[in-house]
Amino acid sequence: MSEGTLYDKVWEKHKVTELPNGQDQLFVGLHLVHEVTSPQAFAMLEERDLDVAFPDRTYATTDHIAPTEAEKRERPLTDGEAEEMLSALERNTADNGITFFGFESGKQGITHVVAPELGLSQPGMTVACGDSHTATHGAFGSIGVGIGTSQIRDVLATGCIAADKQNVRRIDVEGSLGEGVYAKDIILKIIQELGVDGGVGHVYEYGGSAIEALDMEGRLAVCNMSIEGGARAGYINPDETTYEYLRGREYVPEGDAFEERKAYWESIASDEDADYDDVVTIDADGIDPLVTWGINPGQVIEIGETIPAPESFDARTDREAAEKALEHMEIEPGQSMLGYDVDVAFLGTCTNGRVSDFEEAAKVLEGNTVEEGVRALAVPGSETVREECERRGLDQTFIEAGFQWRRAGCSMCLAMNDDALEGDEVCASSSNRNFVGRQGSKDGRTVLMSPAMVAAAAVEGEVADAREYLDDDRSGTAGGVEEVAD
Amino acid sequence: MSDDQHITDVSGTGVPIPGDDVDTDQILPARFMKEVTFDNMADYLFYDVRRDEDGEFNDHPLNRFDGASIAVVNSNFGCGSSREHAPQAMMRWGVDGVVGESYAEIFRDNCKSLGIPAATADHETVTELQSWIEDNPDGDIHIDVESETVTYGDRTIDVEIDDAMQEALTEGIWDTTALMYSNMSKVESTVDGLPYVESDD
Repeated sequence: MSEGTLYDKVWEKHKVTELPNGQDQLFVGLHLVHEVTSPQAFAMLEERDLDVAFPDRTYATTDHIAPTEAEKRERPLTDGEAEEMLSALERNTADNGITFFGFESGKQGITHVVAPELGLSQPGMTVACGDSHTATHGAFGSIGVGIGTSQIRDVLATGCIAADKQNVRRIDVEGSLGEGVYAKDIILKIIQELGVDGGVGHVYEYGGSAIEALDMEGRLAVCNMSIEGGARAGYINPDETTYEYLRGREYVPEGDAFEERKAYWESIASDEDADYDDVVTIDADGIDPLVTWGINPGQVIEIGETIPAPESFDARTDREAAEKALEHMEIEPGQSMLGYDVDVAFLGTCTNGRVSDFEEAAKVLEGNTVEEGVRALAVPGSETVREECERRGLDQTFIEAGFQWRRAGCSMCLAMNDDALEGDEVCASSSNRNFVGRQGSKDGRTVLMSPAMVAAAAVEGEVADAREYLDDDRSGTAGGVEEVAD
Repeated sequence: MSDDQHITDVSGTGVPIPGDDVDTDQILPARFMKEVTFDNMADYLFYDVRRDEDGEFNDHPLNRFDGASIAVVNSNFGCGSSREHAPQAMMRWGVDGVVGESYAEIFRDNCKSLGIPAATADHETVTELQSWIEDNPDGDIHIDVESETVTYGDRTIDVEIDDAMQEALTEGIWDTTALMYSNMSKVESTVDGLPYVESDD
């Protein structure tokens, strides 16, 4: 077992006791709640006549069902089911003294965007939420885990979850990223190499030069997709980048209290001589942007590579998955993903819905327009992100290019609101899952990529290399990449 | 099972749900989660893959093995989101136990929370059981949680059940709320050791 890692230290700090079945009872320092997975848990609590144990450690917002068109956010919502869920959350949070960031608060958004930007997520915490992308908060050096509704009931009633300690795999990502290559490409590269179930039984500790060089928004994107690699959680040790990001945020203490808190943050980082269960090195030096070609996030290639043949995979399961993917995506082995027709471009989500994501996409869009017939959506991850983008004038770049500039929510990542694919539409998406049916249509097709790549796909109406738009004298390291015919 | 809490064994006819990496978006498409209770979830189980282009039931196993209690699945079953809606839908459809090659972890945790044993076996063993069900739709399958065996036809095979799950099910402590609630005084002392809890806001 691992020893001296951040995971070990944070686990020990939060361990209440060992339960009779061998699991640990673990205190949850930050519980994030949204409208979809919580109403059943609040109902269970009521049935048992239990109160919320730590309302001050519980924060709620609405994201999954949130309409992203301004006029559709008037109450009551026109979608009756969505209104019922939102009302239930408002009632449950008010009744239990839980802070709720609703539409009027100006802070509403995706839980995993809101909590980091408000400074709620901090190093050395345990974070739980009824959403698998809770691993996102690991970017600060916390342990973030996604939980089911019965476990939400556990956390509401006791402030704790019953959990098994996992093995710790250190992933050293070495090298430096070229222009137009981002954190999203790093995590897709990791999943390409380790597989979608490679992380089962593990938490991932990301480190190495490529990770240390990332800003907090990039680190959030990497940790966000830990679950796509099968890892229950993923984290990055806190450093000056982390502390400087936190300084001055709403829920972060100031002055001496900040320094005291920082001492705790520093104390929980992995020791230099920590023992890991496993260590893996990923070479990210000079990688090209990655795009998925299939129906799980592990079916991914660098943009200069061609779609692999099913026979090229060693594992039977990978071969069968590839066959299914080729059929669903209507592609052939040996083809490039460059030029794959796109009907919809979707920017946003808890993976890539932050200010820097829109900034990078805007660089591509500057002076360009969305290809005719392409539906292009820019959905900020939170209202705070939206306001900051608007303050910088980024919204105008999107609108002028032909994007719809929306309000905050999960939107077309999983299409629980009105934003959905239709028929067999292809979506160039900055989200995290390309599962069949994920974006609201069972025949819909999703190609995952970075925000800049989504913008380039929107402009060309097909999968394209965003670097063509970013740097006039690009180095040309991407072997086999077509030149864009202007 | 012996009583509501102690789950020592489950049995019934089987339903094979073949395929690796069957994700929660297939098991329970997100658009059906817009309800504040789990009551109707069985209606939405595998909604899209169970239907043909006209919305009629196709020959998906769930349509052919109605009334089954034991689902037999392949590897990395239940990957994707944390939605408990997925195992809730399976349970409400009638599934009392699952045998598979492997599970995504949150899915397995959710099964434990609901008192559904999720046993594992190797690829060959699982596919043999799946084809046996095809040949014996009325055949009884018995998962013994205590001895970690599955009995069907004239065969008894060894399976694995995660220790924490096995203990929780057989000891009747899979509903962890009451169990952890009894430790609240210890929770307070854990909280006292955390610098970020008191001085926040």
